[in-house]
Amino acid sequence: MAERRTRDVKPFLGKWALVAVPYLWSLLFFLAPFLIIFKISLSETAIAMPPYTPVIAGVSDLWTKLSDFTFDNYVFLTEDPLYYSAYLSSLRIALVSTVLLLIVGYPIAYGMARAPKSLRNALVMAVILPFWTSFLIRVYAWIGILKPEGLLTIALQGLGILGPNEQVHIYNTEIAVFIGIVYSYLPFMVLPLYAALEKLDATLLEAAADLGCPPTKSFWVITFPLSLPGVIAGCFLCFIPIVGEFVIPDLLGGSETLMIGKTLWAEFFNNRDWPVSSAVAVVLLIILVVPIVIFQNQQKKA
Amino acid sequence: MIEAVGPIKRKFAPWDDPALKPFIRFENVTKRFGDFTAVDNLTLDIYEREFFALLGPSGCGKTTLMRMLAGFEQPTEGRILLDGKDLSGIPPYKRPANMMFQSYALFPHMTVEGNIAFGLKQEGMDATSIATRVAEMLELVKLEKFAKRKPHQLSGGQRQRVALARSLAKRPKVLLLDEPLGALDKKLREETQFELMDIQMELGMTFLIVTHDQEEAMTVSDRIAVMNHGVIAQIGTASEIYEQPASRYVADFVGDINLIDGKVTAVADGVATLRCDGVDATIVAEAGPGGIAVGAEASFAIRPEKVQIAMEPPPAGTPNVLAGEVWDIGYLGDISVYRVRLAGGSIVKATVANLTRIVERPITWEDKVFLTWPVDAGVILVK
Ligand SMILES: Nc1ncnc2c1ncn2[C@@H]1O[C@H](COP(=O)(O)OP(=O)(O)OP(=O)(O)O)[C@@H](O)[C@H]1O
Ligand SMILES: [Mg+2]
Repeated sequence: MAERRTRDVKPFLGKWALVAVPYLWSLLFFLAPFLIIFKISLSETAIAMPPYTPVIAGVSDLWTKLSDFTFDNYVFLTEDPLYYSAYLSSLRIALVSTVLLLIVGYPIAYGMARAPKSLRNALVMAVILPFWTSFLIRVYAWIGILKPEGLLTIALQGLGILGPNEQVHIYNTEIAVFIGIVYSYLPFMVLPLYAALEKLDATLLEAAADLGCPPTKSFWVITFPLSLPGVIAGCFLCFIPIVGEFVIPDLLGGSETLMIGKTLWAEFFNNRDWPVSSAVAVVLLIILVVPIVIFQNQQKKA
Repeated sequence: MIEAVGPIKRKFAPWDDPALKPFIRFENVTKRFGDFTAVDNLTLDIYEREFFALLGPSGCGKTTLMRMLAGFEQPTEGRILLDGKDLSGIPPYKRPANMMFQSYALFPHMTVEGNIAFGLKQEGMDATSIATRVAEMLELVKLEKFAKRKPHQLSGGQRQRVALARSLAKRPKVLLLDEPLGALDKKLREETQFELMDIQMELGMTFLIVTHDQEEAMTVSDRIAVMNHGVIAQIGTASEIYEQPASRYVADFVGDINLIDGKVTAVADGVATLRCDGVDATIVAEAGPGGIAVGAEASFAIRPEKVQIAMEPPPAGTPNVLAGEVWDIGYLGDISVYRVRLAGGSIVKATVANLTRIVERPITWEDKVFLTWPVDAGVILVK
């Protein structure tokens, strides 16, 4: 009996260690930085280095200084319509971009999943190949393409679509932001879609055809519903980071595009208002927690 | 003539009627995958309302044949006719045939009900009729309680029954069943076999069934085709295949059989004499189809149940006697199988029906026994 008991204990401990490691990891790399940001967001601005007066000096200080905590920064966010409209604009841009990504990504993933087996790995490589170049450089390259005297204008003039004195005015508009986002995030949409579509059993489509369902219809009643886990994964993988996107709207969107990432950056580096920008970040996180939780529930179901 | 009362299987033999046209016709069909030939210049006629079974070892091309008829594969050569019309170029969703897939191919995101209703919805049937038909099908396969489940919540046998119900629901003119009952227990399988036969008769459908269960093929089908490496080795009714196998291959593949090799020494009136040096015996038997020549290498084929086993030597002058020793006895309930070792070392099987509840069997291990059979009990097959 005793022998049996010792055998039971070991896997039990091993199992806990297995569960604990990812939690420790999250604690270290996610929760700790978040608490620091949260703490900064509760302090007051100061023209100093660092540019805020720390409310808590140490753990022992915590209770004595608790009264010094201020939610002024959060109240400030609600008072200035700039933040409110930046959040809304970010959500709108992320939503539109995600829909565009889905429209562009689905046919690509579908084509990849239907390609001959020998080709598929090469196609997956092709999708992730851009990651070998710096993201920043690739976004800069789009400036070269989209600016009024850029490659796009030259190409269209060469094709005779534009007259010699006409130019494309996309750069520094929201359209350029959408182009940049769709381009940059495409792999994050295509790969989960591909994973879902590749799993799809081709005999299901044969069975549908056998029962009298033409191919276009069987796409909507069989293929698409069965790829939904991939659609959901792809959409959330794109939507969540796009909301906080800074580089693309900053480089391609000009002053016209309002996004929370840009506001945050301006608050942090231009105004050096760390507490307010930290508050902006915390609110952004809270906004994103909602889709993240929905996403996690969906993944659990799938 | 006395009229039969109650259901009696009618004499149904359209293949013997030269005036009748086949309903399904495979005409010199060849299917190659790369340089592998899965179906080789095969010609096959199936008649309307026929229950036709395909029997053959794994990989002999049964599924391929069905997939060509359903429209998922195109014949490399030859053509397939349905009701006189060439099917080439007609997509699967326009063919009046439904297939039950060997892998079931149930839609994982739909309930059992949804799966069964799928084909009916494509037809544009109204909701009430669909509900009635689905309920009917669920009752047939005894899955009424599982209507709302998804396929992954079912057992293997239950899934197989859903696949069967789904393919039957549309009442197609032609139903292709690729091992439809393999995952069911014996009792349920037998019940379903009879249900299938009833439905097929009642609705006048044509069934093409693939099965690895020979008993099943013999029970349900009007005719059986035995396949081997993409060609048909023999087509015939169950009793023709069993009693008059056309070749060693068919004899060996269908049922249990004893094969004894020898050389033909005489032929007269369709009766041949075979000298079998291996077992040191001379066998007299009917020659199989397609003539036989003196001097030819041939095999004598006899089913174990047609071999009589006795302790006493038969009277002198009895044809076909083999002497041996009981090597092994297998008790199977209804019958016992005696494996008898002959002088040359080869084994011949004889089965005996267990007509009484014997406690002590008269013949037992290591007994010297004599095996005999009448001239018409077996056939001689040329190699
Ligand atoms: N798409 C394909 N590509 C290449 N070879 C194939 C393909 N489909 C079938 N084959 C080959 O053709 C042969 C016949 O296959 P088929 O599925 O018709 O066998 P089967 O008689 O149904 O066997 P089983 O009883 O095991 O189901 C097999 O040797 C198989 O490997
Ligand atoms: Mg098969």
